[in-house]
Amino acid sequence: MSRMAWMGIAVLALAPFALTSQYLVNIAMLTAFSAFLGQAWNLSGGFGGLTSFGHTAFFGLGAYVAALFATRWGISPWLALPAAAALGGLAGAVIGFASFRAGLRGSYFALVTLAFAEVFHVLATSLDFTGGGQGINLPLKLGLANFQFVDRRASYAVVLALLTLAMAVAFRLRGSRFGARLAAIRENEDAARALGVDIVRTKTAALALSGAVTALGGVVYCQTYLFVDPQIAFGVERSVEMLLVVMIGGAGTVWGPVLGAIALHLVADTSRAWIATPGFAPMLYGVVLLAIIGLLPGGIVSLRERLRRA
Amino acid sequence: MTNSLTGIRLTRRAALATGAATAATLAAPMVARAQPAAIKLGLIHPVTGALAFSGAQCRLGGQMAIADVNAAGGIKSMGGAKIEALLGDAQGKVEIATSLVDQMAEAGAAGFTGAFASNLGLAATTAAAKYNLPFSIDSGIVDSITTRGLKNVFRFFPNLSMTIGGAMPALDGINKAAGSPAKTAVLVHENGVFGTSTAKAVADGLAKIGIKVLGTFPHATPTRDFTNIVLQIKALKPDLVMMTNYENEYVLAARTIVQQRVPLMAMYSVLGGGFNLKFAKEAPDVAENMMDFNHWYNVKDPRSAAFRKRVEGAGHVLTWEVPFGYFAVKLLADAWQNAGTADKDKTVAALAASTFSDHFMPYGPTKFIDGQNQGAQAVALQIQKGDIAVVWPTEFASAKAVFPRPKA
Amino acid sequence: MSGEIIAAALVNGLLTGGVYALVALGLTLIYGVLHIVNFAHGSLLMLAMFAAYLMATWAGIDPYLGLPLVAALMFAVGWGLYRFVIGPVSRGEDRALLLATLGLAVVLDNLALVLFTGDTRQLETPLTFAMWQVGPLLLSVPKLISFAVALVLACVLWAFMALTDTGRAIRAVAREPEGARLMGIRPQRMFALAYGIGVACLGAAACLLLPSFYVAPSVGNVFMLVAFTIVVLGGMGSFPGAMLGGLLIGVTESLGGLFLGESLGPICISVVFIAVLLLRPTGLFGAAR
Repeated sequence: MSRMAWMGIAVLALAPFALTSQYLVNIAMLTAFSAFLGQAWNLSGGFGGLTSFGHTAFFGLGAYVAALFATRWGISPWLALPAAAALGGLAGAVIGFASFRAGLRGSYFALVTLAFAEVFHVLATSLDFTGGGQGINLPLKLGLANFQFVDRRASYAVVLALLTLAMAVAFRLRGSRFGARLAAIRENEDAARALGVDIVRTKTAALALSGAVTALGGVVYCQTYLFVDPQIAFGVERSVEMLLVVMIGGAGTVWGPVLGAIALHLVADTSRAWIATPGFAPMLYGVVLLAIIGLLPGGIVSLRERLRRA
Repeated sequence: MTNSLTGIRLTRRAALATGAATAATLAAPMVARAQPAAIKLGLIHPVTGALAFSGAQCRLGGQMAIADVNAAGGIKSMGGAKIEALLGDAQGKVEIATSLVDQMAEAGAAGFTGAFASNLGLAATTAAAKYNLPFSIDSGIVDSITTRGLKNVFRFFPNLSMTIGGAMPALDGINKAAGSPAKTAVLVHENGVFGTSTAKAVADGLAKIGIKVLGTFPHATPTRDFTNIVLQIKALKPDLVMMTNYENEYVLAARTIVQQRVPLMAMYSVLGGGFNLKFAKEAPDVAENMMDFNHWYNVKDPRSAAFRKRVEGAGHVLTWEVPFGYFAVKLLADAWQNAGTADKDKTVAALAASTFSDHFMPYGPTKFIDGQNQGAQAVALQIQKGDIAVVWPTEFASAKAVFPRPKA
Repeated sequence: MSGEIIAAALVNGLLTGGVYALVALGLTLIYGVLHIVNFAHGSLLMLAMFAAYLMATWAGIDPYLGLPLVAALMFAVGWGLYRFVIGPVSRGEDRALLLATLGLAVVLDNLALVLFTGDTRQLETPLTFAMWQVGPLLLSVPKLISFAVALVLACVLWAFMALTDTGRAIRAVAREPEGARLMGIRPQRMFALAYGIGVACLGAAACLLLPSFYVAPSVGNVFMLVAFTIVVLGGMGSFPGAMLGGLLIGVTESLGGLFLGESLGPICISVVFIAVLLLRPTGLFGAAR
């Protein structure tokens, strides 16, 4: 990419810091957060073609790590970040290894991840340890040491850092030999096996990587809203949103999740601001979704190709 | 169909006009240029998603109140300033509730009402506290909404511990009046924050009035089938079944209890999600004689009958959420009237000193301590002949409790 | 815990499983032919339930009598949706198909919210409280009826797919779209047909569910996960599989709820699902993928 393009992106990413409207900063934060979660999903779902319907499992684990660190064990939320990443990575490795060894692919894999997320959902609801269905409220303790900020710009900075990290991982992945193996599997699993790629291992590693990154998002969510319950952590809606953002933007591309998040938030937030009648705004969102899928099968990313060709 | 509630067209098809309150107030200044600037009021509810029905009911009440205030000449101490509604759909998500507060605050909102669900209320009030904008809770029951030391939050309605604190004496009174036949109970509750905390408090309360808890059955939301739970209840042979869950599960569980012919003295729910006039009408065989300790208005107050007629005349069901939404707005309007300004600090001060009494809830004049109205209370209700009767406390009762219920 | 309760739970699980199978039959057909997870399935069930409800309240038609009408209506809806929305939007690509059904679900759910509000409604029919006494057990008559119809429907669908020319053509398209095209079968037409039939099954399911359940715009989600689970368990595209999968899940849920409580109990469904997939990835009745 040209230097100009990079500068443009940097300006865009930093622009929210200049905004005085907390509302707009908040929207920017939510958009960046969607982009981050999408990118985390994209690491396995896009680059590896491992479509998951249950990615919120990793997000939720991260959120609960942060909540338990704060309320039960009194450990610094900063330490929750590596702990969550480790746990998310482990969960990804276990789920991945079990599924891929059994040869699950396509919708079978997608549904098994959904079932795993559901298991976590039920457990979180039923165990006293996680506060059951009541969830966990984190005490308000503002300050850098406690990873809690009142100014939305600080929250945006945190999310932006997270997104930058995920983007860096994605760039790295795309250029690496591991990434090449993953792409080979995505395009043709049998051919990749014939070339000597260890299918189970490569896929498992991808899911573990994605799980680790996703879990970081859970920590940041929990530190921002100071509340987590089973539905927020393990509800199927978040899994769906992650996959939507990526597929709308362009799966398996580095910029897809960012474009997808911007597009979907633009639609959702503006329609919500303009239309008050219950149901109309989300309906419009659905229609736009169908339109994008129909008009841009390769995602928004493919628009550039098309324009160039035109 | 012109809506008799607001005088504004509100047909189902022309649902676009739901923003009508806004449209009406927007139109008003053009007619009379001398009008003072409208006061913007943010209404934050979940009107889509799983909580859509209750959220919409709250919003309806709020919009009725705004229409009434405006029709009566606006806020008089402010030169007849009209109230303008800013409507927000929180979709049941805390992120969105928070975002709406920011958005409305920047659009010039002078106050908020909302947010039906407790977790949305917690998030929205925290966000509004940053601006010290007054927040009148219209529903959202957990105590902590007003116990966190936020100066801007006011709840006209009873909190959870007040509600449960009242539910047990009511049950005790109804039981004693019948010669104390009920000695045992079974609890059924949804396993989220609402059902779990209510059931816990109910179990403690039952111990104090000498009713033994034979079993507790938490269940997930949604639960598709209650046969197992009901069969286990049947085996325990309790006198009472006490449910705390949301509408869908409430309906299914109550129906299954009738289907499996469980002999009971009464079903006495605490904040039963499905106990309403629609239930009484759609499922008369199940609903008759069911009791619920819940929010309701003072049925003896003639104003409440007129209110009910208005709501039903416009094709809506009157549930407790409607008067809640209504008086949450009226409370704010009263504060603006007393403060003579919509300045946020002065409004918060006026609310804290409020003695609002122009209402038909069984509460008396308001008295806020740390944002909680001390006189608020819920009442014991029973479905009798397809309508809701208040059966406890006696001063508000419209009928005597049918207890134990006649054997089929 | 007494043996009587366990027996009752077992029977109840089987009956409830029959209802689940009913919802899953249409899904397995769509899954088997289009190879996609139809995310709009729950929303379409909800739509069908509202259709049956409105028919009962406006025209006074009992849902059981109205079943053929609702099924026909839903066939038209399903066929139309595939022909004019899902098909053109997805162009037959798997990912786009999935997204299209997802987008459709969002539109339909919120359309219902606009049309009907978020209100929960229920319908009391003469059979709602009818119970059939077998020894100490009270069995719900509406559930027995759903069970029986589910069995019949599974047989009819199986016969249709196995014995009729259209059924064979659909199966050919499902297996080898290119080969079928060479034989002069137009795949998109068959896909629309299959989608229509799958959705028509939901029309039947809706009419049978209505007397013993409730209707609300969110009602579809209540059955979604269960239906997916059953379809995969039974093996995609297999009608006997969906039937048995339904029963298995019904019993699992019922006994799980009995022994673990209705809070932790639902975990059994997911655990059985995961276990079966990991040990026998093609499902209980599935052929090779």
